[in-house]
Amino acid sequence: MREPAMNDSVYDGLLGGDSSQWAFGTDFEDPLAGVDTSVPAGIDATELATYCLMLGDDTLVLSQRLAEWCSRGPELEEDIALANMALDLLGQARLLLARAAAADPACVPPLPEGSPVPAEDALAFFREAQQFRNVRMAEVPNGDFAHVVVRLLLFANARLAILSRLCDSADAVLAAVAAKGVKELTYHRDWAGRWFVTCAQGTDESRRRLLAALDRLWPLHDELFTPHPVEQSLAARGAGVDPAAVRAEADVVLDQVFAVAGVPRPETPGLRGRTGRDGLHTEALSRMLAEMQVVARAHPMGRW
Amino acid sequence: MVSVRERAAAVAAEVRDPEMPMLTLADLGVLRDVRVDGDVVVASITPTYSGCPAMATMRDDLVHRLTDAGFGRVEVRVVLEPAWSSDWITESGRAALRAAGLSPPGPAARLSTPGPVPLTLGPPRREVRCPRCGSGRTRSVSEFGSTACKALYRCGDCLEPFDHVKEI
Repeated sequence: MREPAMNDSVYDGLLGGDSSQWAFGTDFEDPLAGVDTSVPAGIDATELATYCLMLGDDTLVLSQRLAEWCSRGPELEEDIALANMALDLLGQARLLLARAAAADPACVPPLPEGSPVPAEDALAFFREAQQFRNVRMAEVPNGDFAHVVVRLLLFANARLAILSRLCDSADAVLAAVAAKGVKELTYHRDWAGRWFVTCAQGTDESRRRLLAALDRLWPLHDELFTPHPVEQSLAARGAGVDPAAVRAEADVVLDQVFAVAGVPRPETPGLRGRTGRDGLHTEALSRMLAEMQVVARAHPMGRW
Repeated sequence: MVSVRERAAAVAAEVRDPEMPMLTLADLGVLRDVRVDGDVVVASITPTYSGCPAMATMRDDLVHRLTDAGFGRVEVRVVLEPAWSSDWITESGRAALRAAGLSPPGPAARLSTPGPVPLTLGPPRREVRCPRCGSGRTRSVSEFGSTACKALYRCGDCLEPFDHVKEI
């Protein structure tokens, strides 16, 4: 039997014995290190931070829901696909939360003096549910595979329409985050669209599950396009996008998917009243945050 | 006479991507700039994907390699604009990917006019050749692979699965 060689890892050979190479860095990093985060003239810093929290909380919360799928996907490839999409959304969330903190440091929850927790983590792990600004579509508990397909289709389609306009934001940081997000969300929406059609046109059981998921999620669809005054105010100043203004465009795409899938557009009305943007959430968000935040909250001085 | 900036840029250009170590950061197109500001070397990198977990390692590796090469103060900055495109992978980078059994990306889609991003419900349309046997009979297994930047393919002739670096 051959003795294991020192260079049994393919990486060793490729790195040529370079001692300064190591496995992944574990230090905190600022995703906006060196980026100019000054707030553009004419834009209210608190409004800009709130807007970034809205967009960032959407992707943070949905990313957590997708991460809960890890090891539960129907097959390995789809498990990995969901983890990939969770990672993209988490990356967008990090940039957006960091941008919120840079625009208005007052939005960051206070931590004990000397805590090494960076602002983006303080926002993610040390806010209560009612301080989160995400749409409720992002937070409802996972269901079956059809449920995650429908949720991703509805969310990615709406978000793609918003980000493709946000590329022209008066805030250069938001514009850059949007430009990258468009590329990522395009892959997410196509994945969800394909699976939507596959489930709808598959077996009686897959179609039944798809229609049931659509029924469950549809009442939350309106909220994706219901503008909050902060979104309207920033849209008027060229820094944000009014979601109501992209609804028609997003609907065209959704109707394409429905037509190919042979699924009628649901007619159930959307939920009315206050929304996740106002901090009104379902009970599920508190439970999700309890799990997501428990370690960070137990160790506000922790170094990892 | 090689300037300090040129020497620093040459060291930085040789740092490798932690997830695809057959590529240097320069080959991958994520190293955007190296300059010398007084006695500080400032290297700028851009993420491939928003959630790319290799950014911290790239930063640490740049600091290490430049420090090892005698540059006392090194600062790594993030550049977000313009967003990274797989079109920035150099020709030598593409050759290195093929040599390591990965399929390099084709041209990235460009939106010619501003407006809605078109929906693609069919299978991805790419001309992907098997990096092992060269066959063109390849099939997409998943648009999401072992890292954010890769799709998973299988060759219809030699039957080997392989990674394809996605167009973005």
